[in-house]
Order: sequence, then C-alpha cells, then structure tokens
Amino acid sequence: MSVNGSAQDHDVEDRTLLVQYLREACALTGTKIGCDTSSCGACTVLVDGESVKSCTMLAAQADGAAITTIEGLANGDEWHPVQTAFHENHGLQCGYCTAGMVLATVSLLDEIPNPTEREVRLGLEGNLCRCTGYHNIVKSVLAAAETMQGAK
Amino acid sequence: MIPAAFDYVRAGSAAEAISLIGEHGEDAKFLAGGMSLLPLMKLRLATPSVLIDVGRVRDLSYVRDEGNHIAIGALTRHRDLETSALLGRECGLLRAVAAQVGDNQVRHRGTIGGSVAHGDPASDLPAALLALDAAFVLQGPSGTRSVPASEFFRGFLETAMTPDELLTEIQVHKRGAAAFAYEKFNRRAQDWAIVGAVAARVNGGTHVALVNMGSTPLRATAVETALAQGASAADAAREAAAGTEPPADLNASPEFRAHLAQVLVRRALEAI
Repeated sequence: MSVNGSAQDHDVEDRTLLVQYLREACALTGTKIGCDTSSCGACTVLVDGESVKSCTMLAAQADGAAITTIEGLANGDEWHPVQTAFHENHGLQCGYCTAGMVLATVSLLDEIPNPTEREVRLGLEGNLCRCTGYHNIVKSVLAAAETMQGAK
Repeated sequence: MIPAAFDYVRAGSAAEAISLIGEHGEDAKFLAGGMSLLPLMKLRLATPSVLIDVGRVRDLSYVRDEGNHIAIGALTRHRDLETSALLGRECGLLRAVAAQVGDNQVRHRGTIGGSVAHGDPASDLPAALLALDAAFVLQGPSGTRSVPASEFFRGFLETAMTPDELLTEIQVHKRGAAAFAYEKFNRRAQDWAIVGAVAARVNGGTHVALVNMGSTPLRATAVETALAQGASAADAAREAAAGTEPPADLNASPEFRAHLAQVLVRRALEAI
C-alpha cells in the first residue's frame, strides 16, 4: 500500500489492524488508538481520500490503497489549511483526538466544501474529544472551509 | 484489542467467494466492510478461523433502475446509498436511513449487504427494508434464490441464509415520492438505536417497522392493523409494543423501550 505517498511493503499477521500496521510496521505514531471499539475516531486516517477508523479495518483490506495519516497531510513545511485552522482557532486542548479530528475534517470538507455549523457537528459525530473542546473544533472546521473556498 | 488469529483470503468474484467458503467450511466467514464483524472479532465474540474478504468484488456495488424495482448490489456502501440520486427519486426512505447509520467513517466502509446479512435487530437498514417489502437475492453453490425480507430475519443475528450462501443483491420496489419517516432514539450521535421506528406509505397503506424491539427487526403489525381500520396516528401508536419482547441492556429496560416505541411510532406516523 502507499502511505503518505511512499510505498510500504511488510509481511504482517493476517489479523493485523490497519492502525497497528501504521504505528508498528510503518512507525507512524501520529495515528492514535483511543477507544479501540470504533467509537472515538482518534484512529481516523484517509483511505483513498475518505475517512476511515483504522482500528476497525484490517491492514490486508487496505492492501493496494493510498493511505494518508496526519504525518502526510502537510506539504513540506506548509501546513494543510485544516491544520492551520485548528492552530489558529485553538481547535485542540490535550491533542489526543486532534489527528483524527483533522483527517475527519479533511474528508468532510471534500464531501461538503461549504458546510453549515450543523453539518460540521453531524459530520464529526464519529470523533470524540474528551476535553469537550467541540466549540473551537467546529470553529476551526468552519474557518478551514472558508480558507479552502477562498483558495479555489 | 486484537482479533483471535485467522487466515485471510480475498475473493475476486461472488463465485470465487462461494467456492472458497465451500472449501473452508463452517468456521469461515465472509468479510464485507467489516463494520459489524471486526468489532465482534476484536471482542472475541466471533472467532472465525478463515475470513473471506469479498470487499473487492466491485461488480456487487451498484444502485440500478430495473424498471419496476431498484436493484442494489450487496457491497454498496452506506455512503453510496445516502448520495444516490436514483434512491432519492424512487426510494427516499432507504437513502435517509442509510445517512443515519453510524458516522461518516462507518458509512465509508459499511455495506448494505453486510448490515442485512449480519441481521442485528439494532441496525437501521434491516428494519427499513422490512417496511419496504424488500427481497434479498442469495447466491449459493447450487444457484440463486430470492427471499422476502419478511422471511429473512429468523432470530438474534440469525437469518435465512445458509453458511455457504452469499447475499448478492437487495431489491426494493420503486416508491416514487411516497412519504416516509425514520425516528431513531439514542444517547450519543453515532450509536446504535436504543429504539427506532420506520413508517412508510406503501401502496395506499402504511407499513411500520421497529428497530431493537426484539431479537429481529420487526413489523409493528398491530399498529398497521389499527391504521387500516381507521385509527388515528396517536391511537395506532399505542399498539407499537404489542406482541414484542424488547431486550434489556445498560441503555434501557424493556418497559422504557416499549414506551419509546410508542412515542417514536407516533412521531413517525405524524410526519408522513
């Protein structure tokens, strides 16, 4: 599979989950394991551009797919607009949910480029923030949408 | 949490999947999106020895106009249902219910066939398909057969499918702009329904189906009968829990579920 644009090829056990594969075989620990029951969204990555919970997908199912983790989102030194928006709008507190939130947001804005606040809240229902910092997260998503719309 | 060890094999076609399951026997399971099966395996509530991944069988992913009905490939993802213009025109209920399954991440992976074949009474789509009088096409080693939704769900996570059969297609009648409603009650946005109620206008009558009110998705036949006899929505909805044996769990007692069914059925009926 391709991870953040580079080809990865590892022999792993059949039962290896995508999140283990990314963290242990590829040494990309930006993707977090939170609840491990596909509830919290901390492990969200992009599979062929769409948000997926990597704790509930086998690495084997992702064979041949293009995976994007938080490490692969920036373009060199230049942050992705969603990363910038989270930074500027204090869209994180402890930061544990942030990688998943950012990637879920990238996928959401790809599907709904100009969402309402309600669409943002619904669109991120699969991502939990234990700091309960949702207000600023929603603000960050709306700001990112505006920046990305402006850039088009 | 890590699933118990198993062998992973990938099928390139429905026929290959059926031949593989014949080869590996009863301890083998089909894997579609994995949104129901993998969590069970991680909890070790399911321990298949072989997983046959049918997720790459692309020709089972479609929503097609077949003249008098809509044919949906079993591997069509919830995301593809909720964005289907054809379903929007001809079977809005299915599109609306698909949009309420889980969350975006789940809808990017989960499939309608996986949801139906799993047969969880707490799932959204099986109850909607029951209300719509859907038919399920099953392919096995000796050919295909069609089973109506009313005869498909047999018990908790039990269906009419034999272990060597693969669900390949779901068929629903075209309903045009017929009114529908889905009322889902849960405590956290992405959770399973504690109780859900589907109401749909079908051929001049009203069909009502219940989520998580027993060991299978159910038709609320007492409500349907009352409506057919001219009862008001409010009066008919009082029959919503009649004949049901709702489960007890951390979220709700059977009594609370019976109450929820009455409230949700009334709301759904009032919305159509």
